[in-house]
Amino acid sequence: MIVGEQKSISEIKTIIAPYKKILILGCGTCVKTCFAGGEDEVAVLASALRLACKKDGKEIDIEEFTVERQCEDEFIQEGAPAISRNEGVLSLACGAGVQALVRRFVKTPVLPGVNTTFIGVLEKQGVFTEECAGCGDCKLAIFGGICPVTRCAKKLLNGPCGGSQNGKCEVNPETDCAWQMIIERLRILGQMNNLRIYVPPKNWQTSLSGGPRKLVREDHMI
Amino acid sequence: MNEKPISRLQKILTKGEFAVTAECGPPRGANPEVIRKKGEVLNAYVDAINVTDNQTAIVRMSSIAACAHLLKMGLEPVMQMVVRDRNRIALQSDIMGAYSLGIRNILCLSGDHQSFGSQPDALNVFDIDSMNLIRTVQTMRDEGKDMSGFDLNDPPAMFIGAAANPFADPFEYRVIRLAKKIDAGADFIQTQSIYNMDRFKEWMKMAREEGLTEKVHILGGVTPLKSAGMAKFMNNKVAGMDVPEAVINRMAGVSKEKAVEEGLKICLETIAELRDIEGVHGVHIMAIEWEDIVGEIVQSAGLTPRP
Repeated sequence: MIVGEQKSISEIKTIIAPYKKILILGCGTCVKTCFAGGEDEVAVLASALRLACKKDGKEIDIEEFTVERQCEDEFIQEGAPAISRNEGVLSLACGAGVQALVRRFVKTPVLPGVNTTFIGVLEKQGVFTEECAGCGDCKLAIFGGICPVTRCAKKLLNGPCGGSQNGKCEVNPETDCAWQMIIERLRILGQMNNLRIYVPPKNWQTSLSGGPRKLVREDHMI
Repeated sequence: MNEKPISRLQKILTKGEFAVTAECGPPRGANPEVIRKKGEVLNAYVDAINVTDNQTAIVRMSSIAACAHLLKMGLEPVMQMVVRDRNRIALQSDIMGAYSLGIRNILCLSGDHQSFGSQPDALNVFDIDSMNLIRTVQTMRDEGKDMSGFDLNDPPAMFIGAAANPFADPFEYRVIRLAKKIDAGADFIQTQSIYNMDRFKEWMKMAREEGLTEKVHILGGVTPLKSAGMAKFMNNKVAGMDVPEAVINRMAGVSKEKAVEEGLKICLETIAELRDIEGVHGVHIMAIEWEDIVGEIVQSAGLTPRP
């Protein structure tokens, strides 16, 4: 899922300062799962902002609404009446959700209420970890299913650097060394020979360095 | 590789002499005198001088420029090059530029992560890794091609070095990584500083068993200790360093005035042991911001005069 984190109240207050009528629009998919922008977070943020603005002596009218998925027009549509009633929208979706709204509502300012952080998994309750960089050229097959592009701080493709100790990354002792995990996993799978494979320089054209990416599925086009 | 040695370092290693290299760091500023002074101090005692590339991710004079200053003095540099700060386009361009200036030895490294340096908010590059860099320099030299396969006019021909850390984890992988670096094109290896001799010997034994010492020149790394505090710091705070309890205790067991002397003694004992290990072809002295001591170490070790 896309993992995000709600911005601080003070930053949000600055962002919405020019507006008197604002809609907080939640998203019921990824950001709901990571407690950043689902229906519950919309309600809590709305109350906190009302209180904060009252304390500052600022009049503000905050409306709350949540759609199932902010990155798809079909779902965004449900929010259209609420959006048209307000001067601006504070989106609690990921950056894609914010921009999907921008695409759909040309004249309404759409403001981000969440910092989109990474593509990750729920490691345990309350802890999310990054597992995929969306590089567009997946090589997990040779790395035992553990991604060095995302999980090694130096994106090393040919084995661990000299700083890995006791299974931890030199950059952050809280982080597991991706290469230690790859080696452990290859051992379990009986694929230790993969470690001897020379991995050539990565083709980054499929990643963001090729500019914004587009996926066209002609078989699904109408 | 070419029949004729590319560099003095290669010549010495090929002849089977025990090579001596030392490391020096360029200044945090633009004054070439700093690097010239270090060069003068090291000149009579080493075969080649490694010049670091923004080591510990702290901005310094570029390795290429500092190497050029040494070359002008008639000294032989080993240009260190990390993949942290430059993408493949810049790396290849700088390899050609370095060669055009007369640089003939290169040490291919990943580079310390920027979070350890003075500008942790910097973006890192890591477009390719150190293994890919070794292969790139080899392809330029042996096939005359850049990474795109383009035939270069007068391709750069470097004597290629790589690093190895026998003390990092996972231990059993360390020799596989060495083998990969040799396959990728490494001609010589400079190791992390050795304090844990048992582990180093074990690693060398594994390397010999895989036939690797026949294919590459291994230079054992040493760093003289100045104090017990430094020994502890290196063990606890420097990534990939292994300073055993016994070494720390030895440093702690002497008075502060005698600490430098004890550190040198340990260093000389290490060099003496290295010279007895089959497959070790030289020593690489990393006396961090203490280049003056290198001459004394080399002389006391009986490694002077240099060829």
